[in-house]
Amino acid sequence: MLKQNIKYLIFGMIFGFILIQAEVISWFRIQEMFRFQDFHMYGIIGSAILIGMISIALIKKFNVKDIHGRPITISSKDPSQMYRYTIGGLLFGFGWALTGACPGPIFALLGSGISVFIVVLLSALLGTYVYGYFQKSLPH
Amino acid sequence: MFDFLWQPWPWYVAGPLIGLMVPVMLYFSNKALGVSSSLRHTCAACVPGKVEFFNYDWKQEGLWNIIFIIGILLGGFLGGYVFANPDPIAISEATKTDLRALGVGDFDGFVPSDVFNWGNLFTVPGLIIMIVGGFFVGFGARYAGGCTSGHAISGISNLQIGSVVAVVGFFIGGLFITHFIFPILF
Repeated sequence: MLKQNIKYLIFGMIFGFILIQAEVISWFRIQEMFRFQDFHMYGIIGSAILIGMISIALIKKFNVKDIHGRPITISSKDPSQMYRYTIGGLLFGFGWALTGACPGPIFALLGSGISVFIVVLLSALLGTYVYGYFQKSLPH
Repeated sequence: MFDFLWQPWPWYVAGPLIGLMVPVMLYFSNKALGVSSSLRHTCAACVPGKVEFFNYDWKQEGLWNIIFIIGILLGGFLGGYVFANPDPIAISEATKTDLRALGVGDFDGFVPSDVFNWGNLFTVPGLIIMIVGGFFVGFGARYAGGCTSGHAISGISNLQIGSVVAVVGFFIGGLFITHFIFPILF
């Protein structure tokens, strides 16, 4: 159990470190992306997807098992719920451009010492809570 | 030799490394890369109340995700504090010009310190950017069923049409704020 949990901590540390070195945590980089003024963000997202896609295709093709020998399971996103992807996606985009941070970067920025991002994090938790509260009455 | 710890990495190094997190996590722990679900698990752990969405075994389903984000926090401390890059982020001159026109003056950190500071929380632009913005990040991610990592990276890598739609939504939302709201807000 402890060994498992340390594994997740290390994955998080590596991911957070990469996010910082990649500068995707920067509000400036996000602005540059939404203004189409540099290739940096597009290169990162594009190449990350490409590597992820090839990896998953190989995992499926060769039926790769995980380290414990269990089949690798990747849950799919229900393709019938188009309201949630369009409306939810749009609202998330509002937040991404305003704060210049998606959830991963919020934690990385906080760790880098920008203390006011605790307010952004608490607001995101509130948003999550309000979604959960009204989930049943929202179109999905 | 270890300069790379302080220096920013070019997109063709950082991007593939982010992509590699997907198979690494699937192989070593059978988990799909994703961050925003941790916010739901945190709500479920702290304030479940009577809301069905937060009443489930969060330890079973989500403890790993909460530990993962604590790791991100530590990774941010290492990359952004211990091995902090001393130079400002090399964004394009065109972006600097646009942002200066909006009134952003400080380009030294990861974020403009004249926007993201505690005092600015009590101004209308600061409140909208940090509090309303943060709210949209949390609400939108859960409504859409994922964020940049879960949809853009994991979801599209797994050829999910819903993720493609969500990411197009992310971009339209971001373009709208950048080009129509920021000129009014600042």
